[in-house]
Amino acid sequence: MSIALTAENLCKTYGRGNTSVLALDKVSLSLNSGEIAALLGPSGAGKSTLLTILGLIQPPDSGKIIIGGDTVFDNGNRTDIRSFRRKNIGFVFQKANLLPFLNALDNVRLAMEINDVSGREARSRAAELLEQFGLGERKEFLPKELSGGQQQRVAIARALANHPRLLLADEPTAALDSAMGRKVMELLKEASRKHDAGVLVVTHDHRAIDVFDRIWVMEDGRIEEKNELTTRQEK
Amino acid sequence: MINLAFRDIRYNFGRFLLTTAGISLLLMVVMGMGGIYRGLIQEATLIIDRSGADIWVVQRNTKGPFAEISKIPRNMEYRIAAVRGVKSASPFITHAVQRDHHGRVLRLTIQGLPDSGAWLPIIRGRALRQGHYEMLADKSAKLPLGTKLKLGKDTYRVVGITDRMNSPAGDSMVFVSLNDALSIQNDIPPEAVREERQSRLSRFDRVAYGSTSVDHREILASPYEKPVALPGQQISAVLVKVAPGFDPAGVLKKLRTLPDVSVYTSDEQRAIMLSGFVARSRRQLLLFRTILVTVSTVVMTLILYTLTLDKLHDIAMLKLIGARNRVIVGMILQQALLIGVLAFGIARFFGQWVYPHFPRRVVLVPLDLWALFGIVIAISILASIAGVVKAMRTNAGEVLS
Repeated sequence: MSIALTAENLCKTYGRGNTSVLALDKVSLSLNSGEIAALLGPSGAGKSTLLTILGLIQPPDSGKIIIGGDTVFDNGNRTDIRSFRRKNIGFVFQKANLLPFLNALDNVRLAMEINDVSGREARSRAAELLEQFGLGERKEFLPKELSGGQQQRVAIARALANHPRLLLADEPTAALDSAMGRKVMELLKEASRKHDAGVLVVTHDHRAIDVFDRIWVMEDGRIEEKNELTTRQEK
Repeated sequence: MINLAFRDIRYNFGRFLLTTAGISLLLMVVMGMGGIYRGLIQEATLIIDRSGADIWVVQRNTKGPFAEISKIPRNMEYRIAAVRGVKSASPFITHAVQRDHHGRVLRLTIQGLPDSGAWLPIIRGRALRQGHYEMLADKSAKLPLGTKLKLGKDTYRVVGITDRMNSPAGDSMVFVSLNDALSIQNDIPPEAVREERQSRLSRFDRVAYGSTSVDHREILASPYEKPVALPGQQISAVLVKVAPGFDPAGVLKKLRTLPDVSVYTSDEQRAIMLSGFVARSRRQLLLFRTILVTVSTVVMTLILYTLTLDKLHDIAMLKLIGARNRVIVGMILQQALLIGVLAFGIARFFGQWVYPHFPRRVVLVPLDLWALFGIVIAISILASIAGVVKAMRTNAGEVLS
C-alpha cells in the first residue's frame, strides 16, 4: 500500500506579536492510498487551516508535505502548486460549489479538460463517473435542478475526475440529512478504495464515524490519532 | 474545451441582454454623434459641391455667402461673363425665411436657380417649367406637391420634392427661379416705397426752394422711378465655370484684378465653410463624442467588473480545480468582447431606423463605423482589465468562505 499523504511538523501562525494565533503546532500525519480518514475537532482547532495547507491553497510557515511521493512543500520550497493540484488533489466542500452555468456532466468534464483530457474522452469518462454515482439520468441537469445530495455526488465525481492521489473533503455532509450524509460518506469510502486515493474528511458528523479507517482529532492546533472517541469528543 | 463565457451568458441570458442593450444605446448615441458631424459637413458643403462652379465671386473683403452677408449688384454677372475664359457666370442667391404655415413654424432657405433644377435629386413631381411662381421644396420642409406658399408678394406652388437638400444651417431648402428669388429677397412693402418717394420730394424741395422744376417733381413722384435710398436688386455671389481649354488659375488671376469683388475657388469656399461655420460645431461634437466614449468605457468597466464580482466564487473554484489563468481571463475577455460587438451591431441595426427621424442629417460613413468598431473593441478589452485584475487576485481558498 503506497502513501497518499505525509505531513511533517506543519506549523502555521496567523498575526504577529501579542495578537498572533498558533493555528497549527507541529502537525504530522500520514495517510495511505485507499484509506479514508476523519479529522475531528472543535471550531477553531485548526482543521480548516490544515485542510487548506494540505490542499496547497495556502502555505505553512514550516514543515514538509509529500503527496503521492512528491515533495510539494519543504520549508519554503514549493512546486508549481496549481498544476500539481490539478493532477493530484480533489476537493469536496460543505456546499457542492458546482459552476451554476454548467450541467452535471460539464462540471465533471471541465475538471478533466482543464487537465488536458480531450473533449470526447472527457465527456465519456464524465458520463461514466456520473453513472457510477447514480446520476446517469440527471447528467444534463443544471445544479439548480438537482437536490443537495445529488449536487454533492456531482462534486465528488468532479473531485475524482482526474484520479487524484489525495481527496480532501471539508464537512461534505453538513448540508445534508443524516441518511444522505451517510450515503455521501460511504460514497467517499468507496471512491477511496476504487480510485486508490487517500481521503481526508473534516467532519462534525459523528453518525457516520464507523465509515472511517482512521480518525484524527485536532485541538488548539495539535493533532492526535484516536482509535476510539471519548464521550466529550463525540459531543 | 467547454466555452465558459458562452455557457455563463446562456445561463444569465436576461442580464446579458439587458447589459448589451444598455451599452448599445450608448453606442447608438456615439454613432449618431459621428453621423451628425458627417451630416453637418455634407449639408455645409452640399451647395458648393452641387453647384459645379469653379470660381466664386463675392462681395469685396467678405468670405462669401456661407460665412457672412455678401451682396453684389446683379449686373456683376454680365461683367464677369465678359471675361475671357469664363464659360458661364450665374447669379447665386440664397437667403433664409421663416413663416408660419398652417400653425407651424417653417424655416426655409430659398435658393435661386439659373435653370430648371433638373439636376437636383427630385424624388416626386418635376423640375421647374415656368419662369415664375413654381418651387421645388425639400421633403424635410413637409410641403406636399401642390402646396401654395406666399413668399414676398407672390404665391408659389410646390411642383417637385427634393431629397436631402438642407442648407448649412440645417434648414430645408426650396428652389425657385433666379428672378423669383430676387423678388422674394428684395420684396419692399409699398408703404416703404411711398414713404421714400415722399421724403425724396421733401429733400428735393428743401435744396431747390424757389427753382423747383415741375418736370423734376413729376419725375421724382413717378411710380416708375426707383427710389435710390431703397436697395436695388442684389445677389449673393456669381458662380463661374471656366471654359474648357482655359487654365482656371489664369481665369482666377484675371477675376482677382476686379477691384470691387473678392474671388475664391470652390475649394477655398469649401475650406472657408469648414474652418468657420462648421469648425466650432465639429469641435463641440468631437468633445461630446469623446465624453460619450469615456462614459461608455466607464459604464462597461463597471458592468464587467460587477459581472466578475458575481463570479468570484466560481473563479475561485476554477482556480482550485487547477484552471489556468488563460481560461479565466478568456472567460472575462470573451464576454466583454461579445457584449461590445453585439452592442455595436444592435446600435448599427436600430440606428438605421432611428437616425432618419433626427431633425439634422445623420450620415454614417464606413470609415467612421470601422473606427468606432475599433474603439468598441479597445473599450471592451480596457473595460475587462479591472475584472481580470480582480479575478487574478482571487484566491482559490475563497471557495471555503
